[in-house]
Amino acid sequence: MSIQVINLEHIYSKGSPFEYKALTNINLTTIKGEFVGLIGHTGSGKSTLIQHFNGLLKPTSGTILYDGIDIFANKKKSLKDLRRKVGLVFQYPEYQLFEETVAKDVAYGPGNLGYDQEKIESLVRESIELVGLDYDEIAEKSPFELSGGQMRRVAIAGVLAMEPEVLILDEPTAGLDPRGRDEILGQIKNLHKKRKMTVILVSHSMEDIGRLVDKIIVMAKGEIVVYDTPAKVFSQVKKLEAIGLAVPEVTYLLHRLKETYPEIRDDIYTMEEAVVEIERVVFKGGQHVH
Amino acid sequence: MFTDITIGQYYPTDSIIHRLDPRTKIILTFVYIFLLFTINNILGYAIAFIFLMTLIALTKIPFWYVMKGVKPLLAIILFTVIINVMMTPGTPIWQWGILKISYEGMEYAFLMSTRLIMLVIGTSLMTLTTSPIDLTEGIEYSIKWMPFVGKYAHELSMMMSIALRFIPTLMEETDRIMKAQKARGADFESGNLIQRAKALIPILVPLFISGFRRADELATAMEARCYRGGEGRTRMHVLAYKRNDRVAFVIFSLLAVLLIGSRFTKIPTIVELLKGL
Repeated sequence: MSIQVINLEHIYSKGSPFEYKALTNINLTTIKGEFVGLIGHTGSGKSTLIQHFNGLLKPTSGTILYDGIDIFANKKKSLKDLRRKVGLVFQYPEYQLFEETVAKDVAYGPGNLGYDQEKIESLVRESIELVGLDYDEIAEKSPFELSGGQMRRVAIAGVLAMEPEVLILDEPTAGLDPRGRDEILGQIKNLHKKRKMTVILVSHSMEDIGRLVDKIIVMAKGEIVVYDTPAKVFSQVKKLEAIGLAVPEVTYLLHRLKETYPEIRDDIYTMEEAVVEIERVVFKGGQHVH
Repeated sequence: MFTDITIGQYYPTDSIIHRLDPRTKIILTFVYIFLLFTINNILGYAIAFIFLMTLIALTKIPFWYVMKGVKPLLAIILFTVIINVMMTPGTPIWQWGILKISYEGMEYAFLMSTRLIMLVIGTSLMTLTTSPIDLTEGIEYSIKWMPFVGKYAHELSMMMSIALRFIPTLMEETDRIMKAQKARGADFESGNLIQRAKALIPILVPLFISGFRRADELATAMEARCYRGGEGRTRMHVLAYKRNDRVAFVIFSLLAVLLIGSRFTKIPTIVELLKGL
């Protein structure tokens, strides 16, 4: 168990005319090393929820436990420690870069944690390389000379440099081209595999999420609608459509094919698996009809 | 921290004050400020106070919400009070070296701070009851006829409306950047003054960059829609004074007569009243 949320409720501007209930009755538990996808429409409370995980927002009521300890139980000091353990990458993180050089910017996080120079340097090098950038080439460049995709990766490196145990990413692929998107998602998958990091990925894209995660949290109107494995989540087509979400395109295709081929599996949500299944059922194993 | 500032924040309700012409509200706000400074005795303050309370009631905005506008200025008001208490010559109550508190100082400080608070509330009522678009339109109309500045009336009001439009956006942006840096272990709350100032750099640099970027994008978007300044530009809304506006001017004239008249009445000061007891 790494993050546990009990009866969380969050109300913005409570008591003012702009009072807005962002989260209600949120209960969830993530397991260490799990890859969780968080999906929902704009305004469904995804961003509000993840900001509770590292104590940036205080719940109006309810409890958040990290490794079994209430994150607000102890004052100040424990929050800094928590923010080291739970790394949060905001949406469009490149807008938070500020230093003269890439290396200095990535060093900001570990510097705040009070690490010594040597440790900081090795962390900076390591995390820049973790996001697939060449340290020697870009370390001394200004972050503002880089391309959008590179800037984003530098910003993600800035969080990784704090060696988080849990990595939360809020729409890390927003506004990137398909190649940049695939690269970033691939690196996140790698991090999860190699580092055994717990990853929480917020996304709009069912395709992206379906391919990567162990479990999906579906949110709508500040509540968790479903929290299950991708196969089980995507089997609830009607429920997802009712809240304005859709299952991946291939799943729709398989649903349609089931009308003609009743033996086909329709709980598939990745392109690769779908190809195999269609070949198996429709083309009877390898008889390619073009 | 930023949500406490009500100046420049529109609070929509359906009140008679909201429906007034923005020019009326702008002009009368200036009249109100001027009148506040003509007050010289407690009767005047009482009249202005009753007037202001009636006005707040008419706007249908919750009283506590209006009062929120005073909070950011508490430090200035407190400073004024202390200076006035210490510096006004008169009968001392308490003295220690050059520091002394006099009856007159207390009275003066009380009246000054009341005046300041009424000033802040009165002016924030204008922005609370006027949407930013109406406000800039009103400003444009009000300065169009002035020499020199009149030529730039449109540009000035456009600049103002853009500035007003971006206040909430930039506040949100600041909040977001602060949170992002906090997530990287930044600490804005502890340390000495220099450390705290230094801690602001990671907020200010991204904020400036995004400010410039937004400005650039907005300029491009405006040019793409053929914006080329005020010359020859017609408007969808043409402001026209209505009956209520004339009523408002009449009421303010009465207020002016009352307040200026109150200057000439012989009203004892608080000190004299207290001494008489």
